[in-house]
Amino acid sequence: MSEHVEASADHSVEHPGYGTYIKIWVILVVLTGCLVGVSHLGQTAAVWGLLTLTPLKAGLVFYYFMHLKYEGPLFKVVVLVTLGTLLIFFALLFSDIAFR
Amino acid sequence: MTEHVHRDDFGARLGMWLFLVTEMVLFGGLFIGYSYMRYRYPAEFHHGGSELNATLGIINTLVLLTSSLTVVLAIVAVQRAEKKRALAFLGTTLGLGLVFLIIKSFEWAAKFHHGLYPNSRHLATLPPGEQVFYGLYFTMTGLHGLHVIAGLSVLGVMFWWVATDRIRQDRYVHLENGGLYWHLVDVIWIFLLPLFYLAA
Repeated sequence: MSEHVEASADHSVEHPGYGTYIKIWVILVVLTGCLVGVSHLGQTAAVWGLLTLTPLKAGLVFYYFMHLKYEGPLFKVVVLVTLGTLLIFFALLFSDIAFR
Repeated sequence: MTEHVHRDDFGARLGMWLFLVTEMVLFGGLFIGYSYMRYRYPAEFHHGGSELNATLGIINTLVLLTSSLTVVLAIVAVQRAEKKRALAFLGTTLGLGLVFLIIKSFEWAAKFHHGLYPNSRHLATLPPGEQVFYGLYFTMTGLHGLHVIAGLSVLGVMFWWVATDRIRQDRYVHLENGGLYWHLVDVIWIFLLPLFYLAA
């Protein structure tokens, strides 16, 4: 099989253009602004901002910039299993603290 | 002449992702440690956060976000065989990465100037919670800084390979993988900003 056929079969999905990524960048900058704004509204708002806006920003980078959107299910499963593992460790640690 | 070249772009990207998840676990462990310590020393972490320069942290966030954008734009340019544009985008990323490190070095230098550095005498006089805060601050931003240096080295090679046509329209998985690494470095910083700089 020639090099070209393998490569094109691998990237069968249409590539997004410059515009898509620039839009995502604008959203990321706006979300950063929101996060900074929320951090001035007091401790509770800051923690909620941290817990919602930060994963959202990370998700956008993963999904668009890192092309997870355009990859098959295997890549998504690999990432989700990793995040799930970290979440389990987090839960185990805090359950240990709570019942100490 | 037809030569058989074995290439598996899917496998190359999968390998990169498997490496990246080990990085996620490495930093994830530190984040879990941070969350416990912040739970244990809320007042000290609040005070420690107020000592950090939030403006520099926010500027560095924008610098890294933009450098992430230009990497992904460089890939689009290579896909469209726009070599000059690809080099301009990658060059911008390299420049922004250096700006990040320069800002970081000023920030650390200011901390050192105030006697705040790992194992310093002044640090030993602070309450335990603040010692933990600065310990985590230097460990996590330092480890992240090393990743920025590694990412810049990789992307520097990618720049060279685009310039010499080793990366081109029909063959650019190396650039994709180098970009993936750079984006992960960006994602880690996305978490470091609110955890340290906006903690007050």
